[in-house]
Amino acid sequence: MAEPLISVRNVKKYFDVGKGKTLKAVDGISFDIYPGETFGLVGESGCGKSTVGRTIIRLYEPTDGETIFNGKNIYKLSRHEMQEVRRDFQMIFQDPYASLNPRMPVIDIIGEPLDIHKAYKNHKERYSRVIELLELVGLSEEHAQRFPHEFSGGQRQRIGIARALALNPKFIVCDEPISALDVSIQAQVVNLLKKLQKDFGLTYLFIAHDLSMVRYISDRVGVMYLGHMMELATSEELYNNPIHPYTQALLSAIPIPDPEIQRNRHRIMLEGDVPSPIDPEDNCRFVDRCRYATERCRKEIPEYREVKKNHFVACHKADEILKG
Amino acid sequence: MGKLLEVKDLAVSFQTYFGEVEAVRGVSFHVDRGETVALVGESGCGKSVTANSIMQLLPMPPAFYKNGQILFEGEDIVKKSDKEMQKIRGNKISMIFQDPMTSLNPTMKIGKQIVEGILKHQKLSKDEAKKKAIEMLELVSVPQPEKRINQYPHEFSGGMRQRVMIALAMVSNPELLIADEPTTALDVTVQAQILDLMKQIQDKLGTAIILITHDLGVVADISDRVIVMYAGKFMEEGTTDEIFKNPKHPYTRKLLGSVPRLDMDRSESLHSIEGTPPDLYRPPKGCPFFDRCDEAMIICKDYMPEKEYHTDSHYSYCWLNHPMAKAASEGSEI
Repeated sequence: MAEPLISVRNVKKYFDVGKGKTLKAVDGISFDIYPGETFGLVGESGCGKSTVGRTIIRLYEPTDGETIFNGKNIYKLSRHEMQEVRRDFQMIFQDPYASLNPRMPVIDIIGEPLDIHKAYKNHKERYSRVIELLELVGLSEEHAQRFPHEFSGGQRQRIGIARALALNPKFIVCDEPISALDVSIQAQVVNLLKKLQKDFGLTYLFIAHDLSMVRYISDRVGVMYLGHMMELATSEELYNNPIHPYTQALLSAIPIPDPEIQRNRHRIMLEGDVPSPIDPEDNCRFVDRCRYATERCRKEIPEYREVKKNHFVACHKADEILKG
Repeated sequence: MGKLLEVKDLAVSFQTYFGEVEAVRGVSFHVDRGETVALVGESGCGKSVTANSIMQLLPMPPAFYKNGQILFEGEDIVKKSDKEMQKIRGNKISMIFQDPMTSLNPTMKIGKQIVEGILKHQKLSKDEAKKKAIEMLELVSVPQPEKRINQYPHEFSGGMRQRVMIALAMVSNPELLIADEPTTALDVTVQAQILDLMKQIQDKLGTAIILITHDLGVVADISDRVIVMYAGKFMEEGTTDEIFKNPKHPYTRKLLGSVPRLDMDRSESLHSIEGTPPDLYRPPKGCPFFDRCDEAMIICKDYMPEKEYHTDSHYSYCWLNHPMAKAASEGSEI
């Protein structure tokens, strides 16, 4: 495979929650993202997937670890150097209502990144760039002077995408970009993201909890649980041959829009809820809900290793499960 | 089994500063005892308004019943006074909401909230009511109910709170449970637990459920019949198998095509529905799906399609299914 665009190595992000307690949102995660691919990150709420997205583009300062981009560890860069690198990183947010400034017309929302990075010579150039971006995402010149409240959710998300594209980035973190939208509109936005990726060779980190959508859009998928990466494989491999007990349970919980399949499938029901990420013990994070759990799982954190080619799992029982 | 609820030609509007919003524009359906009927559609299509109007939970004004009847066990709910409604709400018809975080009182212990509901509708002493509350929590599989009734909502996780909501709704053993997006705010593994719980409770107590959702996977999982709603009108109704295997309305087909399936090839593109739903300040005269429909004809613009039955339980509103349309399309092929 080609050189990775981004290498994440043992990244940790802890939050101090007072009274000497620490919330370990991300606890030692490593993975690579290759140029031109979509890397999907799934997990239930509170598993740290959004924190990963924000930490690897240094919106959060990491507690430990490194993220290598263009041969450099971005956490070591100075403020000034970081600003240069930031042109290549962009983000699309979940809530199209909260992520656009309600007092700014669309032309200034999309033009703001251009202003900050002084990416134009005169106002005419700025204007034509904004119009070009609007047309790219399926809006038109007439929308430029309007304010966010005049748009529907799907259109607002298109504005957010246009803003992310303004500086010709290489890498875009999409943090649940479609979960606030209706199904019919979700498909519009996903098709747009796919088209833009093809046209501009973009690389995406696609964070979502909708597993069928992640399978559809991603080349490779990582499954997170309580700050740890549990399993990582290509999307076909992960969905056809899940190894980690958590991934298996997660996949079997997806409701399938087909009554016949739905009636006849076997479901792995998980008991209980996700435990608290505050000061977790040094064991497999999934141990309390796992049907394969043994004494060893309670004592040691399982090593995250490659059990099959390009298929990584963090589970003591992985080899047994693989053999069947 | 007889009809528990029958809604006839219901129309609900909101009077606003800018004019009248016709949120629900003439819908008719029924719910039998013990069955699950799903109401699906996009946001703003009127599915929650339909459900809330059955409970008389809409603020009036600005909302008002424009037309129609809601017959529950033969009596018209539209005509009931507030006092009479209080005897039905939470007693014969209960409701659970989307957001379990905001639908419980954060300053009251869980036990007290359940006891309050029991005392309102049943003649029990406080101790008996408390015992009953513990029983209800057991029914919805909350572990250690004796301990849990003395805790506050913030000590419960999202899934546990939704269980408490279900316990609250079931205290008087209602005939009908309206579940408005009950699992939308929950994670998939917890969603599976809650759907399972709802099925169990229905088997045990024989409650009829109206399920409001936009998630077609959830619909396939638990409903017996499905109603597809769009812009305040019903587009299609049928048994779950009929709707998923043999959708007759282009909107239903598009809706089913816009969700990625686990067995679908990744190089296929999703069938998105271009455009947005119509403005209900000035609802279209003809079929509301007209301007987003690939198969639209001239007649669709100005005339609302008639109800066409495909089987006894399956009907749709679409000109394509009209006998005359079939003749025309066969003719054009020659």
